Amino acid sequence: MLVSAHNLVKTYVMGDETVRALDDVSFDIPEGDHVSIIGPSGSGKSTLMNIVGGLDTPNSGKLVIAGADVGEMDDSALAAFRNHKIGFVFQSFNLLPRMTALENVELPMIYAGQPPAVRRNRARELLERVGLGPRMGHRPTQLSGGQQQRVAIARALSCKPAMILADEPTGALDTATTLEILRLFHELNDEGATIMVVTHEMEVAESGKRIIEMRDGRIVSDRAAQRRVPGAAA
Amino acid sequence: MIKPADLVATAARAVRSNPMRSALTALGVIIGVASVVAMVSLGRGAQAQVQNSISSLGSNLLIVVPGAMNSAGVRGAAGGFNSLTMSDADAIKKDVGGIIAVAPSVRSSAQIVADGANWNTRIEGTVPDYLLARDWDVAQGRFFDESETRQARKVVVLGQTVAENLFPNSDPLGQRIRMSGGAYEIIGILQSKGQSGMGQDQDDIVLAPLQTVKRRLSGRQGRPDTVNQISIKTESEDQLDQAQQDIETLLRQRHRIQVGAADDFTVQNLNSIAATAQQATQTFTALLAAISAVSLLVGGIGIMNIMLVSVTERTREIGLRKALGARRDDILHQFTLEAVALSVAGGIVGLILGVLIAWGVTTAAKLPLILGAESALMAIGFSALVGVGFGAYPAWRAARLDPIEALRRE
Repeated sequence: MLVSAHNLVKTYVMGDETVRALDDVSFDIPEGDHVSIIGPSGSGKSTLMNIVGGLDTPNSGKLVIAGADVGEMDDSALAAFRNHKIGFVFQSFNLLPRMTALENVELPMIYAGQPPAVRRNRARELLERVGLGPRMGHRPTQLSGGQQQRVAIARALSCKPAMILADEPTGALDTATTLEILRLFHELNDEGATIMVVTHEMEVAESGKRIIEMRDGRIVSDRAAQRRVPGAAA
Repeated sequence: MIKPADLVATAARAVRSNPMRSALTALGVIIGVASVVAMVSLGRGAQAQVQNSISSLGSNLLIVVPGAMNSAGVRGAAGGFNSLTMSDADAIKKDVGGIIAVAPSVRSSAQIVADGANWNTRIEGTVPDYLLARDWDVAQGRFFDESETRQARKVVVLGQTVAENLFPNSDPLGQRIRMSGGAYEIIGILQSKGQSGMGQDQDDIVLAPLQTVKRRLSGRQGRPDTVNQISIKTESEDQLDQAQQDIETLLRQRHRIQVGAADDFTVQNLNSIAATAQQATQTFTALLAAISAVSLLVGGIGIMNIMLVSVTERTREIGLRKALGARRDDILHQFTLEAVALSVAGGIVGLILGVLIAWGVTTAAKLPLILGAESALMAIGFSALVGVGFGAYPAWRAARLDPIEALRRE
C-alpha cells in the first residue's frame, strides 16, 4: 500500500468547543489509484488532505506513506517528506508571480538540492509534457487559469513524487478548462501517477477511480467511481 | 536540502524584485556607514595633522621656559619670569647626559623694511645649534656660525613667509634689511615648516645671532644674560624623560629653589604634548564615530521594519515554499540573508559615499586623507551585523508560520 491510515484522529479547539475534524478515520490507497475525497465543507476532507500531505500531524492513529511513518516525523523531516513524496496542486495555483513558468517548476527541485542544469532540463521536459513548451518563459500573469494550473501540475511532478495531492484543482476554472485539467490527470494516472483529489463537485469526483465521501470527520462511503471525464470525446 | 548558492540567489532575487523599496531600506544603512567611515577618516586625518605639526617643532625636543612670576601669592603669566640665563644653557650642555643640542633663544619683534616693502615679524635670537634642536635647515645660503653669534654680527636668516613678503620679485640673499634703525645682511633663507599645532605660521620669523638680538633689538630688558627659552634635543626618544629630570634637578640647584617650593621654570616635553594631543583627537574621533553609529542603528531598525512588512506581504509565498519542501531553517536563512543583502549593499554604497565625503572635506580643510583597509572591513562587517541583528526577528516570524494558515491567507 502506498498510503495506509489507521484510526486517524485530529481535533481542534475552537473557543471552548473541541471539534473532531477527523474522527477515527482508516483507509488504504494502493499505488496507481485515483481517489477523490468529497464532502461538504467542515466534513474534514481538507484536514485529511493536510495530514496526508505532511502539512499537519494527527493527534492519534498511524499513517504510513511510501514506507515512512508520517506521525513520527519532526518539522524538517516533514519538509523533506513533502518535497520528495508529495506533489501539491492548489485551487488558486499558488505560482510565484515574479518567476517564469520554468522557474516556478524548478522551485521544489531547489529545495531538493538539485543542480541548476538538472533542474532546468527536468522543468523543460515537464512543461513540454503538460503542453506549455512555448510558454516556459511567461510569468503567471501572462498565462490563463488553465495554463497556470498546468504549470502547477508540472511543478507538482518535478520531484517525482509518490502521490499528487490536488485541493479543489478545478475550483477556479471554467468548464472547458476543468475538462482539460481532468483529462491531464487521467493521462498522468494512466502513466502510473497516484492521484488524490479533494473536491466538492461530483463531476470532478466521478472522473477518478474511487470516491471516499466524508461527513463530520468520518468516512461515510468508499466506492468505485465511473472514471469518466464528462463531455470527453472518448 | 537547498544549496547555499540557491539560497543566496533566492534572497538576491527578492531584494532585486522591489528595487525602490530595497534602495530606500538600505538608505538608512548607507547614511550610517557613510557617516561612520567619514568621521573615522576625518578623525584620523586630524590626528595625523596634529602629529605632523607637533613633530615639525622638532623631535626628541625639550623646551625650557621660565615659570610664572609668583610674588606674595599672586601668580603671573607663564614665562613672565626672567629666570633662565645663558649660563643655565651652558650648564645643561655640560652636566646633562644624552643631549646633542642646546639652544638658548630670545624673542623680540620688529618692523622690517627692505626694498620699499615692510613687514612686522618675530625676531628670534639664538645659536647655531638651534637648527639641529628644531630639526630645521636653511633652503638657501647659510646659517650664522659661532663667531658671528659671539661677535653679535648684524646678519639674519629669513623664514619663507618673510622672504616672500619682503622680496616678492628678487633674490633676498645678500641684500639688506633695516630694523630698529640698523641694517642687517641676509645670509640665508630657512626651509618652510608650515603651520604649528596651534595654527601659527612657523615661517613668519627672522632668526639672528643671540647676542645681536639681545644687544641691538630686544631693548636690553632684564639682566644681560637672560633668555626666553632653551631648546634641548636628546640623542634618542628613550633619553627624553631622564634628560627632563636631570634638567629639572640641575636648574633647581642653580636657581637655589628650596625643597617644597615651586619651580621658577617649566620643562616641556614635546613628545608628551604630542601624546596628549593624540589622545584628545582620538577621543574626539571615537565620539564622532559613536554618534554616527546611532544612525547605523536607526538604519537597522528601518531594515527590521521593512522585513516585517515583507514577511506579512509574502505570507502565502512562505506557505507555498514550505508546502513544496522548504524547512523552517531554509525560510529563516532566506529572510535573514535578504536582510543581510540589503544592509551589506547599503554598507558598500555607504563606504563609497563615506570615502567621497572624507575626500571632499579633507581636501577643503587641507587635512591629510587617511583611509585604512580596516575602514572598509569595518563598514562591511558592521552592516552585515546590522542585517543579521535586525533581520533575525522578522526571519524567525517567517520561519514559524504554519503553512496551512499561510496558504489560506489572501
